[in-house]
Amino acid sequence: MTGLLALSSLQVALVVAIVGILLLVAGVRREQPRLVAAGYSAVYTIFALLVVSTAAMVYALVTHDFSVSYVAQVGSRATPLFFTIISLWGALEGSILFWAFLLAGFSALAVYLHRRESDAMWPYAAATLLGISVFFLVLLVGPANPFHVVSPVPADGPGPNPLLQNHPLMAVHPPLLYLGYVGFAVPFAFAVGAMFAGTVADDKWIRAARLWSIAAWAFLTAAIIAGMWWSYEVLGWGGYWAWDPVENASLMPWLTATAFLHSIMVQERRAMLKVWNLNLVVITFVLTVLGTFLTRSGILSSVHAFTQGTIGYYFLFFIAFVLVGSLALVAGHTPELRTKGKLDSMASRESAFMLNNLLLSVLTFTVLLGTLFPLIAEALRGIKVSVGAPFFNMMTLPTVCALLFLLGVGPALPWRRADGDELKRKLLAPAIGLVIGAVLAFAAGLRDLYAVLAFALGAFALVSNLQEFWVAIAARMKAQKESPAAALVRVFGSNRHRYGGYVTHLGVIAVAVGIAASASAKHEREVTLAPGQTVQVAGVTLRFDELWGRQEPRRFSVGADVYVLRNGRPVSLIAPRQHFYETQEEPVPTPAVLTSMRRDVYVNLMAFKEDGSSATIRVLVEPLVMWIWIGGLVACFGAVIALWPRRRGTPPQVRPVDADQPVARKRQKRKQPRVPAEVSV
Amino acid sequence: MTSEKSKRRRMAILALVVIAGVFGYLIYGGIGNNLVYFLTPGELLAKGSKAVDVPVRLGGQIVPGSVTWDAQTLDLRFRVTDGTKEVVVHSTGAPPQMFRAGIGVIVEGRYDKAGVFESTNLMVRHSNEYHPPSKGHNPAEAYKTLIREGSE
Repeated sequence: MTGLLALSSLQVALVVAIVGILLLVAGVRREQPRLVAAGYSAVYTIFALLVVSTAAMVYALVTHDFSVSYVAQVGSRATPLFFTIISLWGALEGSILFWAFLLAGFSALAVYLHRRESDAMWPYAAATLLGISVFFLVLLVGPANPFHVVSPVPADGPGPNPLLQNHPLMAVHPPLLYLGYVGFAVPFAFAVGAMFAGTVADDKWIRAARLWSIAAWAFLTAAIIAGMWWSYEVLGWGGYWAWDPVENASLMPWLTATAFLHSIMVQERRAMLKVWNLNLVVITFVLTVLGTFLTRSGILSSVHAFTQGTIGYYFLFFIAFVLVGSLALVAGHTPELRTKGKLDSMASRESAFMLNNLLLSVLTFTVLLGTLFPLIAEALRGIKVSVGAPFFNMMTLPTVCALLFLLGVGPALPWRRADGDELKRKLLAPAIGLVIGAVLAFAAGLRDLYAVLAFALGAFALVSNLQEFWVAIAARMKAQKESPAAALVRVFGSNRHRYGGYVTHLGVIAVAVGIAASASAKHEREVTLAPGQTVQVAGVTLRFDELWGRQEPRRFSVGADVYVLRNGRPVSLIAPRQHFYETQEEPVPTPAVLTSMRRDVYVNLMAFKEDGSSATIRVLVEPLVMWIWIGGLVACFGAVIALWPRRRGTPPQVRPVDADQPVARKRQKRKQPRVPAEVSV
Repeated sequence: MTSEKSKRRRMAILALVVIAGVFGYLIYGGIGNNLVYFLTPGELLAKGSKAVDVPVRLGGQIVPGSVTWDAQTLDLRFRVTDGTKEVVVHSTGAPPQMFRAGIGVIVEGRYDKAGVFESTNLMVRHSNEYHPPSKGHNPAEAYKTLIREGSE
């Protein structure tokens, strides 16, 4: 019954989506607001219908209704409630349903926020969002239908993949990823809407797209970091990034979205890069669909791609359609998007942004090529190959270092043209930071070129970004006699996008430094110990005390008690385990990590004797891993600052530099050389 | 003005072509040198000397009774088969706990001149399919000696 209700909701939603598109297009062509309003209602209706079918799926999962095919595939009576609920996105069909649900929600929110605006762009954007919904609804009523009726009804199911139910982070990573992926559908729809409406030359779409892009970017960032963390905590090899195609699939839209968030500033301030921005928004969306395709079509065989299926051709067709259709649309609008502004000088913020975009595009292209090469080789030459991590490292590390350098130089550069003396003054402190960073890295024993560079350039960028805060705060404290804390709050309030962005920069620096340190100064040792024996790894002494076994609700757990010794006395316990799930023969290794700001001690139980007389453990000592997770949080926090709504009545923050009449207040400030233009005095 | 503009444009295009060329060359060489072939034991042996000392991912099943492991030196040897041909694999480290006959593995490493596959990375193939535990395999039974007194 539940399945029938849910499936008919999806079928009705598909019809409503198609009707909605027709209503919206007819309404905007014939200038009939009532038709447009009816089209908007279709968007809300689809959301309601998807709430019904998603809720029905969760209900079927929770009540173990094995007559529903998806439940029979991923459910089991032994699985705890929490993991039963999150198995909603554990396999192909459920995750497509979840995608469609989020898309419907975002579409409804986007339409609701802009429902009163009469511009022709919005109905077209809503129609575009419905068009994307149509694709996912077609999948759901056709090849990815999760609501098939299973007969006879099985008594129990296999449960979700043990690797996916072994850690609560699995509850966090996929939804964040999908929130990020789906979020980029909205800016894409705005861009397409503006092109259809013929209003793409003005900046309205880009202002709306910017907020959605920042939000989607934050979700995607959080998703990537959570995915790295999951990989680190669960997979047991002590790393967090393996250039696995599925990891790459989430990184690529992140790179293009990061490029987009920077280059739209050039469009807003200097009226340049308009065509480029359209291309970026299209490519970001296509990369999110490609990511879903790579992850969910079973085309890759990797640790993440657990699912096999036949929906690959649907995805390929959709990707080709979106890519060709929207790039043709962009090409058709190129004449009206001729750039008005021009680059005045290479030493300017806009040129830093352009270079940043060039490097991010190069990175995206490299990762794309390395990811797709094995697929192409298999399709064309019938050989199975993979592209090794050394390729990705060789290509990306220099580019990432160059980006870190730009991350420090960019904030110090003014729009239009930098003044040489001013620039020297602004870069003095960062340059000192650079030297200190390099010396520190070298003194700490780092010898890897890129690791030392990451520390040096990271310190350079850190000082440069902090200096932006410091200069603004000092100016306010002097001019307004404010306390430092009050000045900091006001500085954020004066330009949330800008200072939120700098906070995000700080997070990115922390991630880069954390990766550089933990990847290049990792110590690893695998050893078999009898109870009471100790092992030393990179100055850390560990003692294996005993093995234990325990029956847990859905698994049997074998653990090893390993103590960290300080001066011969045990100070902390690390207890790696192996989990034996009832539904799978191979145990799931469950490493344990003793984490601190300085370093992580990571222990994985590799093998053990059944009588408890010995255990083989792998020990890794990795410095600064925690800074990757902290940096990810800080980066997302910066995005939240940027998104925080302005108080009513505050004037808009972004002014074109070329505008004939800048706000009068701002002119005055230009005369005070050391106060950045955005500080409102 | 116009000539200067077109000159600048030509310079920009030239720069782009040079960058794209260098980049393309790097990628071409980079991918070529870092390709890891995925082979079965039969394919590996058929390649002969061409397969020696290049990075390979070897996929197959563990040959029953072929696993020997010294817990103290962590010296691990086993044979991988695709049903017809077998390759001897040597590795340092612990075998996965359920490393038994018939299980699918992917071994990353290089085939050396002596005819032994030196493995650097060993992965048990996880599949999404449902494998009911085989008879005689009950961890709670097999490892009950590890259950502590007084705990559940």
